[in-house]
Amino acid sequence: MKAVWIVAVKEFRDGLRNRWIVAITLIFCLLAVGLAYFGAAASGAVGFTSLPATIISLASLGVIIIPLIALLLAYDAIVGEDENGTLLLLLTYPLERGQLLLGKFLGHGGILAASTVLGFGAAALVISLVSARAAWQEVALAFAQFMVSAILLGWVFVAFAYLISVFSNEKSRAAGLALLTWFGLVLVFDLLLLGILVITEGQLQPALLPYLLLLNPADVFRLTNLSGASAGNVYGGVLAMGQEVGFSVATLLGVQLLWVIVPLVVAVQVFKRRKI
Amino acid sequence: MILPVTFEAVSKSYAQLPALRELSFEIAAGEVVGLFGHNGAGKTTTMKLILGLITAEVGRVCLFGENPGSGQAGALRQRLGYLPENVSFYPQLTGREVLRYFARLKGVALSRAEALLEQVGLGPAINRRVKTYSKGMRQRLGLAQALLGEPQLLLLDEPTVGLDPVATHEFYHTLDELRQQGCSVILSSHVLPGVEQHIQRALILGQGRLLAVGSLAELRQQADLPVQMQARGVWQVEQLQSLLANLPVQVQRLDNVSLLLEVPLHVKLDVIRQILTLPGVQDLEIQAPTLESLYLYFHLMHG
Repeated sequence: MKAVWIVAVKEFRDGLRNRWIVAITLIFCLLAVGLAYFGAAASGAVGFTSLPATIISLASLGVIIIPLIALLLAYDAIVGEDENGTLLLLLTYPLERGQLLLGKFLGHGGILAASTVLGFGAAALVISLVSARAAWQEVALAFAQFMVSAILLGWVFVAFAYLISVFSNEKSRAAGLALLTWFGLVLVFDLLLLGILVITEGQLQPALLPYLLLLNPADVFRLTNLSGASAGNVYGGVLAMGQEVGFSVATLLGVQLLWVIVPLVVAVQVFKRRKI
Repeated sequence: MILPVTFEAVSKSYAQLPALRELSFEIAAGEVVGLFGHNGAGKTTTMKLILGLITAEVGRVCLFGENPGSGQAGALRQRLGYLPENVSFYPQLTGREVLRYFARLKGVALSRAEALLEQVGLGPAINRRVKTYSKGMRQRLGLAQALLGEPQLLLLDEPTVGLDPVATHEFYHTLDELRQQGCSVILSSHVLPGVEQHIQRALILGQGRLLAVGSLAELRQQADLPVQMQARGVWQVEQLQSLLANLPVQVQRLDNVSLLLEVPLHVKLDVIRQILTLPGVQDLEIQAPTLESLYLYFHLMHG
C-alpha cells in the first residue's frame, strides 16, 4: 500500500510542477463564472441567471472539456514511462504492476479532484456572493452535486486513458486513440443513438433507450446534472428520453462510479499481460 | 550456500524466434561476471529473466534459490540493483528528485540517496533537471539508482556506454569496492578493452547459446591462441631463428633488431628461456591473448 501512495504523491507533485492543476482550476473557474454571468446573453440580458440554468450550461460544456482534460492528463501514464525506459526499471522495484497503475490513478484522480473543487468551488463562492437571486445554501448544494459528478466524469476518462495507455506501444498512437475515444463518446454516441431511433422508426423497444444512455459515461454525467436541475430543461435530443425514466441522482452517480472501476480493473489486467 | 543466480537449461523465444537456447550457468556470491555477446545474442533477455520481468518457457531460473517471477518477488527485488541499457528517467525532475523517488520505492533512507549521488560524482548537478544531463551523467544517475539499498546482486546493462575515460575508471573502482563487500555483479558489455581485470569470469553468448565460460586464464587454455612476443636485441636475427628452430614458433622479422613471435601457450616458457640465453637480448614484450581476441575466436569457432 505504501508503494501506491509513493507513486500517487509523485504524480500529484508532477501535476503541480507542470502547472496542470493551476491551468485546470483556472479553466473551470472562468468557465463557471462566465457561464453564470453571460448565460442569459442570448435572451438579451447580462447578469447572473438562475442557478439551474447555470448548472445545465456548465454540464453541457463540462461534458466536452472534462473528458478532454482527463485524457490529455493520463494517456501517456504507462506508454510514456515505457518510452522513457523507467517502466522497465520501476518493475524491477518492489512494486506490483497493479500498484503502479493504482498509484497513478490516485495521483491523476487527485489532480482532477483538486482542480474541480478549487475551480468550481471558487466560482460557486463568487456566484453566491454576487447573485441576489440564489441563497448560498442552494448554490452550495447544486455545485456540490455538480462537482461530485464532474470529478467522477474526470476519473472515468482517466481510467479510459489508462486502458489506451496499456494497449499502446507508442505515445503518439495513444494520443490518437485518446482523441478518437473523446470524439466517439462525447460527440458521436448521441448522434448514433438518434440515428438508430430514426432508422428503426420506433420499432426499437422505446423503454430500452434510456438504458442505452447509461452505456456512455458522458451521457450519464449529463443525466446526473439534468435530473438535479429539473426546472428549465434546455436539453433536447436523446437526453430527454433519459429524463423520462427518472433515474435517481444516487443511481446515476453509482453508474458513473461503475464506469470508473470497470475500465480501471480491465486496464490493470491488460497491464499485467503487457510485454516488457 | 544459496547461489545468487542459477540457470538450468533455460530456453526463451520471442514469437517463434529463439532468444536463448538451453543456457546453463551459475553465479557465486561476490563474483563479478561479464556477459558478452553481439546485439541479439541474448544478454538483455538473460537479465530480464533474472529480474523476473519475463519467464522462461523451458528450464529453470533461480534468484537466491527462488523463482524470480513468483509472488515473493517483492522481497527478492529488494536485494537487487539494476541499471537498464537506455534509461532517460524523468526529464522534468532534478537528479535529487529522481533518486528520492526510487529510494522511497525501495524503502531506502533519503539521506542515503544523497550520499550516493555524491559518490557517483553528481554532487554539483544534484538540483539540475535530468533533461539537461549528458548521457554520461544519466548513466551515473542510473548507477546511483542501482546501488540503492545495498543490493546483493547488481545487474548492469552496458554500464560504461557514454562514460568518459575518467568516469569509466571511477566506475570500475566502484565495481571493485562492491566486489570486496561481497556483492555479486553481472555486467553486460560489448566494449571489451579495460573490463578484463575487473571481472572474474566471462560468459560469452552467441545467438542465445553459451559459447564459452571461464576466467580469462581458463578461456586462454580453451582457445589455445598463441602468445605474441616481440623480441629486440643486438643480434644476428638468423641466430635466434636457428635457436628456435626445434620449437613450434612462427617467426616474423620486423626489422634488423626486432622479431615478432607467435608462440603456442604450452611452449611459452621454453621460448622465453631460450631467448634469454642470448647475450644480445635487450627487450622482450609478451602479449597474452586479450579478452577481445578470445571473444572473436569463440564467435568464429561457433559462427
